[in-house]
Amino acid sequence: MEALLSNVDWSEIGWASWDTLVMVGMSLLFSVVIGLPTGVLLFLFGKRQLLEQPVAYAVLSFVVNVLRSVPFIILLIVMIPFTVMLIGTSLGVAGAIPPLVAGGAPFFARLVETSLREVDRGIIEATQAMGASVKQIIFGALLPEALPGIIAGITVTAITLVSYAAMSGVIGGGGLGDLAIRFGYQRFQTDVMVITVALLVIFVQVLQMVGDRLVLYFSRK
Amino acid sequence: MIVFDQVQKSYQVGGRAIPALHPTDMTIETGEVFGIVGHSGAGKSTLVRLINLLEPPTGGRILIDDENITDYDAAELRAFRRKVGMIFQHFNLLSSKTVADNIAFPMKLAGIYSKAEIRDRVNELLARVSLSDHANKYPSQLSGGQKQRVGIARALACRPTILLCDEATSALDPQTTQSVLKLLADINRELGLTIVLITHEMDVVRRVCDRVAVMDAGKVVEMGPVSDVFLHPQHPTTRDFVFESESIDRDELQADLSKADGRILRLTFKGESTYKPLLGSVARESGVDFSILSGRIDHIKETPYGQLTLSLVGGDLDIAMQALQAADVHVEVLR
Repeated sequence: MEALLSNVDWSEIGWASWDTLVMVGMSLLFSVVIGLPTGVLLFLFGKRQLLEQPVAYAVLSFVVNVLRSVPFIILLIVMIPFTVMLIGTSLGVAGAIPPLVAGGAPFFARLVETSLREVDRGIIEATQAMGASVKQIIFGALLPEALPGIIAGITVTAITLVSYAAMSGVIGGGGLGDLAIRFGYQRFQTDVMVITVALLVIFVQVLQMVGDRLVLYFSRK
Repeated sequence: MIVFDQVQKSYQVGGRAIPALHPTDMTIETGEVFGIVGHSGAGKSTLVRLINLLEPPTGGRILIDDENITDYDAAELRAFRRKVGMIFQHFNLLSSKTVADNIAFPMKLAGIYSKAEIRDRVNELLARVSLSDHANKYPSQLSGGQKQRVGIARALACRPTILLCDEATSALDPQTTQSVLKLLADINRELGLTIVLITHEMDVVRRVCDRVAVMDAGKVVEMGPVSDVFLHPQHPTTRDFVFESESIDRDELQADLSKADGRILRLTFKGESTYKPLLGSVARESGVDFSILSGRIDHIKETPYGQLTLSLVGGDLDIAMQALQAADVHVEVLR
């Protein structure tokens, strides 16, 4: 056992895992904070929706599409000057978060838009017939009804962010991905590679499980 | 009182205006149950949504208790909508809220009720629709009839003066339909609420409505008291609906009639005359022989009625007709 994992420095692994957790957690937080309202606006501005705004929809949709169509590895590099402007460095855990949010928020926004579209139009109509304002329809009916879908969206986004966070190791982002690249790949330490991959797999499994449980809990259908 | 003054509605489809409702005049009295019957696509769904302006009209005025609701601004419209309850074919309950929270929802949206007021009102309504035991269940745990009763309770929460029913029983089985219709009739009687009900089933109209409008292709083609429209339909669409509800096949009926001898009459009895033993005495007095080709006895709301198609042979037909008319029977000569 000792010989098999001779290159593995467990405290290094521990720190790297923690860094990954922080990167995913923080970028997920910001992705939801930015992506949720964006998704709601996308939905409301859409065709035959409450605040139909073809121009605003086209603009917002275009921005989201652009961010989503750039491969994340490119986005990481393109974002470097912005990241430096924003937080002073493009390195380490903190430096990885802005590109992660730039990748995660538009992704999540689309998922929110989709889950809002799946809310029965009749429910919106019924709420309107009760004399609700647009704000009341959003917070009283749309978001509660779409909650299971939104939670599922958060789960998918979180898992995507785990893989994005690992990728950010390429530009010195820190975390398990960084470890895998520096030791596992560049120094041919296969054992480190195996451990980091195993940890990432466990991480994703746990996220999916928790997400599924929450969706089930909030689904009343 | 709901007054439609040349109200019309059209939709823009590909730059062309497609009329959904041609200019319509209509008056719905306070406290009555008014039915609107029509095939799908006839415009009845549009018509009912004009009353709470879910669909704004493209022309004309809608007056409710002498106020022109088409002039309302957004805030006035929201306040007005609280006084108009609505129930739907697919119930449209919030799946994320319990039965009690669904009923409380319009009151919470109104923002003018205290927590205690809401709680008391919800309990009262739950009892009214016999769902007190289900207060904490979610809609998915209820049957269709129960869901619609929640819908009714929710529609009544803010004490509306008008209740709009959009195909409220179309998704329910016959037995449940009956209980929901009974509930609506009770509510109308006890609360003096005006009910506007759209349906494609003449049977629903027959059971609960006072007056009915028949719609076809965006026009009201016939309107009047249910007994008139139902027993003496004038417009072909109305006839279709009546035949449909009686499950009469028109071709078959014609074939049956052609086999009968003599004159063919349709007698319509209404109210007390339904129960009188009339035919025997008329036959004796006039000397005619009759055979019954078809017949039915039922109720329009609470009024009993009967309709018989007879063929008459021999005797004095005029005396027979006079005797029938004297007994308050409506006589129609079919052949």
